[in-house]
Amino acid sequence: MSFWRAIAVGALVAAAPALLAGEIPSDARRSGYAFMGPDTRAMQDDDTANPGMLFVLDGEALWTKKTGSAEKACADCHGDARSSMKGVAARYPAFDKALARPFTLDQRINLCRANHQRAAPLPYESRDLLALSAFVAHQSRGVAITAGDDPELKPFVAQGRDLFMQREGQLNLACTNCHDDNFDKRLAGAPITQAQPTGYPLYRLEWQTLGSLERRLRSCMSGVRAQAYDYGAPELVALELYLMSRARGLPMETPAVRP
Amino acid sequence: MPTTRRQFLSLAGGVTIAGTIPIVTVRTLQATPAMLNTAIRNIVGEAQIRTGKVKLDIPPLVENGNTVPMTVSVASPMTANDYVKSIHVFNEKNPQPNIGNFYLTASSGRAQVSTRVRLADTQKVVAVARLSDDTFWQVTAEIVVTLAACTEEMN
Amino acid sequence: MAALINVPAKARRGDIIEIRTLTSHIMETGFRHTADGALVPRDIITSFTCRYNGAEIFRADLFPAIAANPYLSFFTVAKESGKFEFAWIGDNGYTSTASAPITVE
Repeated sequence: MSFWRAIAVGALVAAAPALLAGEIPSDARRSGYAFMGPDTRAMQDDDTANPGMLFVLDGEALWTKKTGSAEKACADCHGDARSSMKGVAARYPAFDKALARPFTLDQRINLCRANHQRAAPLPYESRDLLALSAFVAHQSRGVAITAGDDPELKPFVAQGRDLFMQREGQLNLACTNCHDDNFDKRLAGAPITQAQPTGYPLYRLEWQTLGSLERRLRSCMSGVRAQAYDYGAPELVALELYLMSRARGLPMETPAVRP
Repeated sequence: MPTTRRQFLSLAGGVTIAGTIPIVTVRTLQATPAMLNTAIRNIVGEAQIRTGKVKLDIPPLVENGNTVPMTVSVASPMTANDYVKSIHVFNEKNPQPNIGNFYLTASSGRAQVSTRVRLADTQKVVAVARLSDDTFWQVTAEIVVTLAACTEEMN
Repeated sequence: MAALINVPAKARRGDIIEIRTLTSHIMETGFRHTADGALVPRDIITSFTCRYNGAEIFRADLFPAIAANPYLSFFTVAKESGKFEFAWIGDNGYTSTASAPITVE
């Protein structure tokens, strides 16, 4: 009797996905939206009240604007973004075979500019880059996140996870200490969320503008008094990739509004 | 590429943030209750200000002081003979006491205005309405502003 | 720079309708300093007006305490078909306009 029970238990353990310590199971994952007050939720829910939509509108105009020495617009290759870009942002960061590493949506936009439009790259956090990536990501609103599924990304997801678990800064805190172990509690007046990056680029009331996930990660690093990685650094891309894979299944919300 | 923690600490006096995000700090500079009073008197003159009729909707505990949703409404029939001419909103502790002046007409239908404001600190917000008979009515709300836990503008 | 206008496309005569506007603007307060101590000059929208078939129905004076990307919501009585015209005026010669049609039955 106990022999059979042991086998049954053994089979269960073997069949279960490798659930890592501290990891949030898929049915317990919650967007930052769930941690906000009703006023901030209302701001996100209504497209004519959501200031992030101003950037989406700007991005829509940029999408059809010819640029660079190739005199090409995004739309000249990709057509109507409503169909061609639907679901794309939910898969980013994605693996680039030529570069043999993952790259973010912002980096993808700049690769397109360099290779196809022959235009200068847009600086990180510039209005045009945020507007374009908001417009592209907005086409995936409601689509479930599947980033990190590509098997080639596996080592980079693992790198991002290591960074997430690694203590750093003068406060000697890892991301996991707050966002796996202590979500639903408060830090000063603010609720600690699960750090699910469902709505980037998003409008942060604190910033009074749209910002990227990299900007948010850099703020967190400043918060724990650590040296923040540079924009586009492989470590930030890996963290972004891990966070997106950790949010697997949650719907995209771009442009989200957060306190 | 990333510098060491020690190198970072030596930089900490002048924090650098890449990209196009300006590094800015706000020095302590506050309107005083006297400035608030003067700003209100600039609008109202010597007239008496009564309490009532005006309603101020602001979340009692603000999620972020940089963008605070606010609605002011005034109980008024909004007819040609009895309407709200204007609504004036003030604060106590931002660097300046004025938030906004809003001018309505008899055909506004409803005396209600919404906007989003900045509140630098926990403070009093005052809304004053001028009716068509040139009487003034006010309401005061005490707003608690909490500071974000992790901000870029660290010193 | 974009502006978002929300006006009902249709209304019945006499209806009280809500008009909402959201426009892109940094609303730099003029009270902030860069890390090296220089004052960041004020750059705000100072005035907003809404006209309904030419007649002013709403006006606002804005101050640095208005959050970036100013949002305004206000009301009017739908009287006749036509259009709403919106104008934002600010520091450094800033002007921006938008309009929205309405059909009143």
